Amino acid sequence: MRLTKRIWMRSMIGAAAAMAVGGAAWAQGAPIKIGVLATLEGPFAAGGADGMRGAELAIKQRGGMVAGRKIEMVKASSNANPDVAVNAVRKLVEQDKVDIVVGPLSGGEGIAVKDYSKTQPNMTFINGGSGAQATTLVNPSPNFFRFNTEGAQWMVGLGKAAIDKGYKRVMVIAEDYAFPYSQVQGFMAEYCKLGGKVPVKAWVPLGGKDYSSVIARIPNNVDALLVVLGGADAVNFLNQYEAAGGDKPMMGGSITVSQDVLNYRGKRRDSLVGTMSAGPYADSFDGAEWKAFVADYQKNFPVSAGGYPSPSLFALVYYTNMKAALDGLDAVKGDLSGGQAKYREALSKMELKMPTGTVKLDANRQAIGSTFVTEVVKDAKGELTTRVLRKVDNVDQLLGMKKEDFQIGSRDVPACP
Amino acid sequence: MSAAPWRRSMNGGLRGPTAAGAAPPLAAVVVTSQGKPDVRGAAGDAPAGFRRSWQHLRAHHVLVGVLLLVLPFVATPFMTFQVAAQSLVLGLIALSLTFLGGYGGMVSLAQMSVAGMAGYAVAILGVSSTEVSLGWPWWLAVPFAVLIATACATVIGWLSVRTEGIYTIMITLAFGVAFYYLVLQNYTVFNGFQGFQKVYPPQLLGIDWRDPRPFYFLSLFWALAGYLAVKWLVRTPFGVALQGVRDNPRRMAALGFHVVAHRVAAYAVAGAIAAVGGVLLVWYNGLISPGSVNTGWQINILVIAVLGGMRHPIGAFLGAAVFVLLQTFAIDVIDRERFNLVIGVVFLAIVLFSPDGLLGLWAKLRSRFGPNRTVIPPPTRH
Repeated sequence: MRLTKRIWMRSMIGAAAAMAVGGAAWAQGAPIKIGVLATLEGPFAAGGADGMRGAELAIKQRGGMVAGRKIEMVKASSNANPDVAVNAVRKLVEQDKVDIVVGPLSGGEGIAVKDYSKTQPNMTFINGGSGAQATTLVNPSPNFFRFNTEGAQWMVGLGKAAIDKGYKRVMVIAEDYAFPYSQVQGFMAEYCKLGGKVPVKAWVPLGGKDYSSVIARIPNNVDALLVVLGGADAVNFLNQYEAAGGDKPMMGGSITVSQDVLNYRGKRRDSLVGTMSAGPYADSFDGAEWKAFVADYQKNFPVSAGGYPSPSLFALVYYTNMKAALDGLDAVKGDLSGGQAKYREALSKMELKMPTGTVKLDANRQAIGSTFVTEVVKDAKGELTTRVLRKVDNVDQLLGMKKEDFQIGSRDVPACP
Repeated sequence: MSAAPWRRSMNGGLRGPTAAGAAPPLAAVVVTSQGKPDVRGAAGDAPAGFRRSWQHLRAHHVLVGVLLLVLPFVATPFMTFQVAAQSLVLGLIALSLTFLGGYGGMVSLAQMSVAGMAGYAVAILGVSSTEVSLGWPWWLAVPFAVLIATACATVIGWLSVRTEGIYTIMITLAFGVAFYYLVLQNYTVFNGFQGFQKVYPPQLLGIDWRDPRPFYFLSLFWALAGYLAVKWLVRTPFGVALQGVRDNPRRMAALGFHVVAHRVAAYAVAGAIAAVGGVLLVWYNGLISPGSVNTGWQINILVIAVLGGMRHPIGAFLGAAVFVLLQTFAIDVIDRERFNLVIGVVFLAIVLFSPDGLLGLWAKLRSRFGPNRTVIPPPTRH
């Protein structure tokens, strides 16, 4: 009871303080408040925590200051549910009075926050890690920016690599929701254009653990499987496929070939060598800026303090978007007056220097960036690891298609049986 | 009304399963809080009791009423919408569980699913940004949604009333989980993982009903309607018989009451309340997705009801207010990733020190510090 009361008191004091600060926010020297929303609860809690680390890293690299003003980071949390995400963002905007919001993490949340951003036209919203195609393709919001590429873009390059490897027919096995649809589209757009065929697509329920019915449907005449499952589920699939005596080579989605898969100890372990996948980054990329970014992450968040051995996808995308937010503030010298119009203008025109390459925005404020095609190899100690086959630059959201030809990926789009 | 004298005799003797749930150290309070609504409810017959209820209007009722009316004009839009209106909406859904659990002795975990069914029905029949929606006008979609959800609640009730205690919880949980997986995996009707976006209340009388103040009053109206409906219903012959069924179904059956029918009817009533709450909730969120009806939310509703106290309908709203405040502001108290710990500790503390929720805590404080009148309550006292 007393605690509840205290929360009341604090919130009241907080509200009063926020109002006072709100009035003086434009004064030079007042801190700039940036709200960061990530999933600190629920199924992506680990990813959300690493996303926060990525955002913090971008602030730390600037010494906590931008354009002579202190940066104040206000954290908010959701559990990957869109309704919770909107509540959290509304609190950041209306209660904590932040100047800029960075977030959220997952696809459904992204669409919901984009819809909310339309009700706050004088604020700037920058994505965190969410990658739904529809966020920027369907009814884009003029004040929602996304400096990370999304699920379909991440797979560009894999289609060509598959053709080069001689895979003429591929079966798709993927989870039944928007993110895998995008991933499959990113692969097929290129693969089908180059003459590849996808005779069967198997959509498995999210959270399903039994793949026997899918394995039974794998035709004899396909050359390879494209498996778009999360890391632990991919291992499940591998186990069951091995038990059923399967021997087709595999390709993976952007979150498939994780450390779980590389640590796989089954009989098929050796056959994993050569497994290709694609994504917005690669641990083994040897660009100097990437190595510096990884070293910086490791220095700031050592494993002993809860960090990962190397930054995860979520750390990278939150870092990307936070860096964009700060670079934009730098470009306008911290001037957020006039409903932040100048700031948004600067963001739209910005060329963001990232550890993985240069990122710029399209007309819908969606990133045009680089993807990496990787392959599993065995290192000197016999451990499985990945190496970069190819880096593809300037990947846009329409995958090189014309606007009128482009349809958002779904179960049946695209098709080339 | 043969139940009245029977009810009086019951109060002194046997305890139903819900009364047994209260801890022994609070015996005096238990008698208090149990005696309060029940004895009065049984004392007179229903319509007269309802008419007389104006005479029971006291200072604290007026005070709370004025506070509720003034609140949106003094609080920030954020507090009005996100804290106050959300509390009212969640409280309304929890009220359906308080009614079922507190007066019917049946703890159902499916109340959030029933609310979700109404929400989904509004999204599917009405207008959303998804092409699955049928685009009916709101005055058609909303009544249908409430009707569908109430019908589903009745079916759930009809299937669960054959069970008791923990088994009721299990079977209703199963219904909830089944509904969650249905909406998650069905794309043709429920649009799967994505759910429905942009499900907004209609613009009516030139008012945007999703603006903080109008939405607050909309929620307040229905919360009050639900609250008064439950207060009235528990004093009708049906309500009194339902409490009899809660306390001793075998004796009620022997007296000639149809136990199953009373219980199913209770589920239907609770379903209608939850359905109205569900429509408001989908309007509040502006969207609905499987995440809105998952196990976490099913349990949250139970947490809200228990937190406030199941003995009185007001407990649902008290619990919802505390729940929403914690959900919103706990992250400010401990700004690390540990804020869920605060929420958990508060819940644990309330349930540990007062098994009867906040209402029990209040009664306990009153009996300790207030005038010594609550140990044996005078029958007219509210």
